[in-house]
Formats: sequence, structure tokens, C-alpha cells
Amino acid sequence: MKAHEPLWLPVCGIADILPGTGVCALLDARHVAVFRVADDQLFAIDNIDPRSGASVLSRGLTGNLGDHLVVASPLYKNHFDLRTGECLESPEHSVRTYPVQVHDGLVSVSLS
Amino acid sequence: MKIIVIGHGMVGHKFLEELHQLGLPGAEVTVLGEESRAAYDRVHLSEFFAGKTAEDLSLVAPGFFPASGFTLRLGSRAVAIDRRARTVSTADGEILAYDKLVLATGSYPFVPLLKGNDRPHSFVYRTLDDLEAMRASGAVSRSGIVVGGGLLGLECAKALRDLGLQTHVVEYAPRLMAVQVDDDGGRILRGKIEALGVKVHTERNTVDIRDGATARHRMVFSDGTHLEADMIVFSAGIRPRDELARENALAVGARGGIAIDDHCRTSDPDIYAIGECAAWKDQLFGLVAPGYEMARIAARHLAGEASAAFTGADMSTKLKLMGVDVASIGDAHGRTAGCRSFRYVDECKQIYKKIVVSGDGKRLLGAVLVGNADEYGTLLQMALNGIALPADPEFLILPAGDGKAKPGLGPDALPDSAQICSCNNVSKGQIAAAVADGATTIGQIKACTKAGATCGGCVPLVTQIMKAEMARRGMTVNNHLCEHFPYSRQELFHLIRVGNIRSFADLLEKYGKGMGCDICKPTAASIFASCWNDFVLQGELASLQDSNDYFLGNIQKNGTYSVVPRMPGGEVTPDGLIAVGQVAKKYGLYTKVTGGQRVDLFGARVEQLPLIWEELIAAGFESGHAYGKSLRTVKSCVGSTGCRYGVDDSVGLAVELEHRYKGLRAPHKIKFGVSGCTRECAEAQGKDIGVIATERGWNLYVCGNGGMKPRHAELLAADLDKATLIRLIDRFLMFYVRTADRLQRTSTWRESLEGGLDYLKSVLLDDTLGLCDELEAQMQHVVDTYQCEWKTAVSDPDVRKRFRTFINDEQADPAIVFVDERGQKRPARADECAALA
Repeated sequence: MKAHEPLWLPVCGIADILPGTGVCALLDARHVAVFRVADDQLFAIDNIDPRSGASVLSRGLTGNLGDHLVVASPLYKNHFDLRTGECLESPEHSVRTYPVQVHDGLVSVSLS
Repeated sequence: MKIIVIGHGMVGHKFLEELHQLGLPGAEVTVLGEESRAAYDRVHLSEFFAGKTAEDLSLVAPGFFPASGFTLRLGSRAVAIDRRARTVSTADGEILAYDKLVLATGSYPFVPLLKGNDRPHSFVYRTLDDLEAMRASGAVSRSGIVVGGGLLGLECAKALRDLGLQTHVVEYAPRLMAVQVDDDGGRILRGKIEALGVKVHTERNTVDIRDGATARHRMVFSDGTHLEADMIVFSAGIRPRDELARENALAVGARGGIAIDDHCRTSDPDIYAIGECAAWKDQLFGLVAPGYEMARIAARHLAGEASAAFTGADMSTKLKLMGVDVASIGDAHGRTAGCRSFRYVDECKQIYKKIVVSGDGKRLLGAVLVGNADEYGTLLQMALNGIALPADPEFLILPAGDGKAKPGLGPDALPDSAQICSCNNVSKGQIAAAVADGATTIGQIKACTKAGATCGGCVPLVTQIMKAEMARRGMTVNNHLCEHFPYSRQELFHLIRVGNIRSFADLLEKYGKGMGCDICKPTAASIFASCWNDFVLQGELASLQDSNDYFLGNIQKNGTYSVVPRMPGGEVTPDGLIAVGQVAKKYGLYTKVTGGQRVDLFGARVEQLPLIWEELIAAGFESGHAYGKSLRTVKSCVGSTGCRYGVDDSVGLAVELEHRYKGLRAPHKIKFGVSGCTRECAEAQGKDIGVIATERGWNLYVCGNGGMKPRHAELLAADLDKATLIRLIDRFLMFYVRTADRLQRTSTWRESLEGGLDYLKSVLLDDTLGLCDELEAQMQHVVDTYQCEWKTAVSDPDVRKRFRTFINDEQADPAIVFVDERGQKRPARADECAALA
């Protein structure tokens, strides 16, 4: 066993996430948005929209802008890169990302 | 140099604009306007009755007078000129000195000298004040007579018809528009006008007007017959306002008007005259284009350009009178020696076309078009530019045969010098130059060249030239929806409908690339809904909806949603209202009555939404679609049910319309209003669809808007029975749904439609695109497949389980905090959240 194997926190079954959309998980008092996009790729970022402070990013529409895989905030439509958490319109509003994996149909996220 | 301009009408103001542009140093300019209003668009005066306001018609660009430093004095009438002292006296007794004087006094309406011509409820048709008086009289009249069947008389008849009056036109000559059209054309025109319900009486010589037996006035004719009506409008021609010239011994023309030379100077070299008051070589010009040209010449000459000269004007006209196209070009009556003509008459479709060609058959001299004036642009350019006629000129006006293209005149055939917009003297070369400078829309071309900005008749040709020039430069207009679809929304709509495409994955594979985005996904979802009307949260469709449509509520800034039950027509039972109140109380929702005549409940968390809606549905409510780009509300007044002024049952109709169109997905939200009488308490003319009851049925207004950019709705059709009204709304809405851009309200869509309201009427009333049956069928499909989305959502366990804050925890979002305000809860501000934590 490796020394720093991350602690994976279970979220839900992969079938609980409608393809192309996201869900919000409460993990250790953190709100984490987990998205399932094309080809069942999974991404996890903070769910709180830094611009409004509301816990809503999992409810945004996903897609791509050029090479960026993105989610658009449902409130002000600013885009977050799902891989890096960068807010494309205003980088000062970027969010953090989390490792996410699926094992035997179970999605889990690491907060480390 | 002190310059005084007498008259602030269209031509007077054009002169000021020209002078300002020339930037004459040291010029001190004062303009005296007799009316209380600054210059406005008299060409489109009748639109005042179709909803345009005095502000809409104003010609003065905001900030023009401060920027130019010119002084405008309104309500200031010049009564005398002292040429020796070079002063002008006003009615207020002021005396103003000038170095140069410009007379732009215009004309006055001619009122035949006959007994009773000054009775109350008789009017002339010239100023906005006249129109306001006519409107007031129209409200207490049932019928009206227009004296004069010329161009202005028919405009005026349209105005009376728009006021809802039984309208008569009385003309002395044997035909309508005697100046512009010939006998055959006049006959067709008459047929068309009469088909619209206007009664035409030609060869009538009025002898006096007296009290009527069935109406306010009786007009007695020389043949002993008579006609009765409640109001009379004289529109029997205009006469130049040349009295200041006559009183000061300035030369006048043989038929009146202040005589001017080629530089627009009167017989006093310090005094110019321009527009309808001026006579050049004894000719008077009653059109705006020659007036504008005189304004340009006078300004340039006054600024020192000695060669600026007026060389006469083309009097060709094209207009639409009550939806009937009428055009007249050059020698319309064939008066040139040796000329020959070709005529085409279609008495079924009521179309008349004539061209007059030179004796050698090589040049076009004139034309008359009635009922269809599609060829106007081509024919006018041929006549003006002396372009050689084809071997068989008759094909210019004959309907195109099977598969044979009409000999048109592409923009390429025109020389750069060809004048395209005669109102503002804009050449083809200037339009091309504007494109070179970056203009790519008709709006931009209008703004920088003014082409098409006055009468609008040349807009189709200007558009063609713009497009041809853009193509020549290899430019394309990119109206692509987003990076994933190289199509406009309208094109995508067509592809989806014709290709029977029902999933985004399929659409992306066939016509797009990438994964899609927050622009194209909701757009596609909306088009799918308009075409197929499946449940919006069914299967893949759910993943295309933005948050509002996904949770069937409007997202608020703290992540909660609104709950808005439908209250059709603003009607709600006491029990219904109690149920709404109980639900609001139980879930602690902030409650507000809206402008759309219903009740909004705010502050519901996602997991509460299905519970709340279950209770509302049990109380008989349905989704109000406040979250969707779809029909919102049909606002109504009390109407004839209770109101003592109500003409018809506005609430009943509003309820019926709201039920019919509820759930229709569109490019943007849609609001209706239904008023029970012309007092218009439902503010229907500020809505996408406005319906107003009249004594004879319903008037339908379209494309109004309140909000960010208010726009008065325009009358699409009048006095409709209910079935026709609904059929027209079906067509209108579905045509909008098909062709508008994403997030384009009907008002901006209407502004962007080439051909404007006339085009819309031709498509929806005359079915020129042959689409109406299809539009009606498509709407009927949407109506037949309606479902309350909330009812379907709460009864589908798969959909219902998506309504939770956390996928892995039952608790509510702890970040949502409310504070009390005025007895209700509202979202806490950031500082309040911090204080509470």
C-alpha cells in the first residue's frame, strides 16, 4: 500500500447522474459538484459559485468551448473549466477541482 | 453670419442637418417653428394611428441642437419680413436680424370653398395636432368621409379605417390617384380599396355640407345625391405657403410657390426657399425627396459652393396604401411624343402593370404598377439610368413562366453613380463604400448613409447591393448559433423539423461538432419542444435544459427557485387563492403579486419543489411556465362582464387564449394582453400579442413590448371574429417560433424583419409563402399535446428523485439563509449571513 493513497469518499452510483449533467455531494461539509460528461468522463469541482456564493454549479449546463470542457454557472453563465477549475471569463473567480473515480459503478471523490 | 430658417418641418430640418455637417464657421442659426413640436416624419404620419407616438416620428436626433449650437424656437410664427432692414418679425412681436433667410414654410391643405366646410368634426390632415383632433373625434364617430382620392387622401382613409370608422372616399376626378396612375390602374386600385371595406365615390362634386339625418354631417353633391358621416377630413391637395413672399414682393411661380433659381435663391439673393413652398421653373414638388435635395443645394450654396445647383427631381413614387402596392415611375401617362406602352391586367388577382417605352423601344420612360410593385426597383433604375431595354420588354412586367427567371436587374448592372435612395440621395457607390467601412447589416447601412431611412421604399434594393458588395469582398454574415453549429436558429429549426430529428446527439452528429454548450443545448431543446412537444425532462432532453427548465422554476440568486401557478387571464377563485396562501405559509415562501396578474412564490429549495407542486396541483393549479421561454401570462381587464365601458368579454377570451397557448416553447418569453374596450386597461399594446375589443369584433396587435425597450404593438388585423383571431395568432406565433433568433422577443424580431409589418401581413394574411396551413397545423399539434409539466414531473419517480440538494445526503442546503423583512422572508445578504454565522 502506498503511503499517500487518497481517501476516496463515496458519492453515488454512476447511474444516478444523468449523462451530460452534474449532481452536488456533501462531503465533509464541503459542497462538491460531480459531472458526468461525454464518454462517461467524470469531473469534480467546488459547487459554490464564487460570484454569487450560491451552491449551484452542479446545476449548470456542460459542454465544450474550444478545447475547454466547461460547465456554465446557472446564475451568471460564466464558464468553469472542468479539468482545472479556472473561470474563463474572470480567473479570480476560479474554483478548486477534486480527483474523482468510478469503481464497480460507484462514484467517489477525494478531498485531498 | 446670421441665418434664420422659417419652418421646422422635414425639409427645414434637413437643411439644418446639412448646414451642421458643412460646419459653416461663424454661422449663427435660428429656426422658427410654427408648430409646438420639432420636425417630425410627415411621410409616415398615418402610423400615428397604428401605434407610433410623436416621439417615434421625431426627426431630430437626440442632442442635435446642443451639438450644432443652432437655436430652435417652437410655437414661433414669422409674420413679416423687412427685406431692406433684413429682419423677420414674429407673432410675439420679436424682431430678428438676418444676413441670409431660408423659407421652408411648406404647404397647407387645400379645403374646397363650400358652405359648411368649417363645421365641428371636420378636419385637415397635415400635422400631429390634426391627427390628435381626428383621434378624439374618431372616438365619438362611427363613420368618416375623406374628401380627396389622391395619395394623401388614401393615406388618410387608412387612418380612419385604423380608427375603426366606416370610411368613404369622395373624389372629384373619375379615378383614384389621378396624378400617378391611369384609368386601368385606377380601376384596379379602386377594386382593391373597396375590397377592404372603404367605399369609393368618384366624379362627385360637393356643393355643401349640412346637418345629417343618420349622422352628424350630410354632404350634398351637385348631382343631387348625398352622403352622411360623423366626421369629414379634407385631403384634396396642398398649396404652397408663399404668403410671406407675396407680401414682400418676392417673385412667385405661375401656379403659386416662391420662385427659386437653380441655387434655390428667390428673387432676393439673400433669401432662399426650399421644399413644398418653392417653385422651380414654375414646378411645385409635393414629395419629400426633391425637398431634401433643395435643402442640400441651399445649404451648400449658402456655405459658398457657388456651383451647387438643383436640376429638377424624379417624381417616381412607390407606396403601400392599406396594403395595396401602388407605384408610378417617370412618364406614367405616356405623354412623350412617339412613346408606346405595354400593359398587363389580371382582374382575378387585381394586378395592373404598364410600362411606357421610347418610340425606338430602347429606353424605359415610365411605368404604373398597382396591386404588386415588385418590379419597381428594377424599372426605376432602368428609367433613371437609361439602361438599354431587353429585346422583349413585356417580360419585365409579365409573371414569370415555368422555371423561367424574370429579366431582373442585378445590382451589378447598375453604375456606381446610380441613385438608390432618392429621399436621401444615396448612390450605389456610397452603399458599397459603407460596406467597405465595415457595415454589414441594413441597420448599419441606414445609420451611416441614411439610405432607406426615410420612406423605406429602396430597402430591398439597398439590401441586395449590400449583400452583393459583401459577397464581392468575400465577406459572410455569420449568424451561426455557436461554435458547435454553423447554422442560424432559423436554419436549425428547419433542419430539425424537416429531418424529424428528436435528439441532441442525433442533431450534433448530423449537423454539428463538439459536445454542445449552454447556448445550443437549450436552443435545441426549445426547438424540439416547439416541433414535437415531448415532456421536457424526458430522457436526454432533461440534460439540455438550463437550470430553470430542469427544476421548472426560476433560479434566484441564492440558488432557491420560484413557484408560479398559472392563473389564466388573471382569474383565481377564492378557494384557489386560499390554497396558494396556505402553501406559501406552510413552506415559508415570500409572496408577491406580479404585473402579469398572478402570484409568485419565492424561496423554495429544490427538494421542496415537488412537495409544493403536489399540493398546488391537488388544489387545481397547473404550471405557470414562469421559468420557460414560453407563454407567460394573458393579462386582461374586467371587460363587459362587469365594466360599464366594456364592449366584449376580455376575461373570457384571455382565459381561452392562455389555455390554448400555455406550454408553447418559443425563442423567448411571450406575453399577451386582452382589453375589453379602447380604454386599454390591460395594456395589450405593450405585449407580444395584444387583443382589443371593438364594436365589430377584435383588433389584433402584435410585437409590442414593455421592459427594457418599450415598443408599441402594431395593428395586424381589425374587427376579427374569434375563430379568425385565433387562427391569426396561431400563424403569427408559429411563424415567430420558426424564424426568430434565440432570445429574440417579438419586438426585436419585428424590427429585424426585412419588409417589416407589410411583409408580416403578406405572410400571415395573404399567405404569400403558402405557409399558413402548416403553421396552423403545427400550432394545433402543440395545443393537442399539452401537458402540465409539473404534474408529469411529480408523478414520474425517476424525474422526481433529481429534486434533491445533495445526492448523498438528505439535508437541506445550509448555505441558504433567510431574514425577515416586512413580515416575510427574503434571502439574506452576504453581510447578514456573516453576522448570523
